[in-house]
Amino acid sequence: MTPVATPFFFYLLSGLALLGGVLVITRKNAVHSALALILTLLALAGLYLMLYAPFVAGVQIILYAGGIMVLFLFVIMLVSIEKSQREEQFNKQWIGGVVGAVGLGALFVRVFVRSKALHDLAGMPLAQLPEQSNTQEIAVYLYGNYMLAFEIASLLLLVAIIGAVVMAKKRI
Amino acid sequence: MVPITTLHYLIVAAGLFVLGVVGVLTRRNVVIVLMSIELILNAVNLNLVAFSRMWGLHGQVFAIFVITDAAAEAAVGLGILIAFFRNKETVNVDEVDLLKW
Repeated sequence: MTPVATPFFFYLLSGLALLGGVLVITRKNAVHSALALILTLLALAGLYLMLYAPFVAGVQIILYAGGIMVLFLFVIMLVSIEKSQREEQFNKQWIGGVVGAVGLGALFVRVFVRSKALHDLAGMPLAQLPEQSNTQEIAVYLYGNYMLAFEIASLLLLVAIIGAVVMAKKRI
Repeated sequence: MVPITTLHYLIVAAGLFVLGVVGVLTRRNVVIVLMSIELILNAVNLNLVAFSRMWGLHGQVFAIFVITDAAAEAAVGLGILIAFFRNKETVNVDEVDLLKW
């Protein structure tokens, strides 16, 4: 079977992801930011499919684009967007923030250009990932090697549910 | 055309990470700051899945744990935002200064 992971799809999807990221941090209206973030999440799900991770791609779409973003949109509706749209969108330290982030990006570029390990990585053979049984294999890891982490994650979700309910209550 | 290697995915993830950091450091609206944190977490997820293409499925399992964390963080963060908005009628981070002296 010829792989669908062609360079064209990679550049298309990563371009969409980065475009969505730029829109998230520049839009005035928080609803537009949320929609741009959904674009980024869907493009990333496509990239996961190209990397032979169909289960993670499905979880990304159902849980992120379907669950978390609906939560975000509801909260945007609850807090007033008309008022916050008329206000200044960037804080007073925005120059320092941009300079710091660009410095971080320059550090990334330098590491990517100079690191010998990363260039060896580009030539390394890829692992033989299961194409048909990805979900079963992940389940074996989740209930085998990562049993303790799985249980801790369920506890974390319980704490988060209680925390969100307590925070959103009218009278604590 | 150059074949796509892991390095390409790492560069895309680094770009998303930097965008998220810019959003967290410059925006005033708390909702958009939380969305930028989601961008950062997604950049990390892309790294993990790209590495799992080379070293087996462990990276994908970790990506699922990161998604779980992101869900918990979004729920609690938005709950705090609602409680805060109810008390102070604002969603701007630089007006959250109750603990400042």
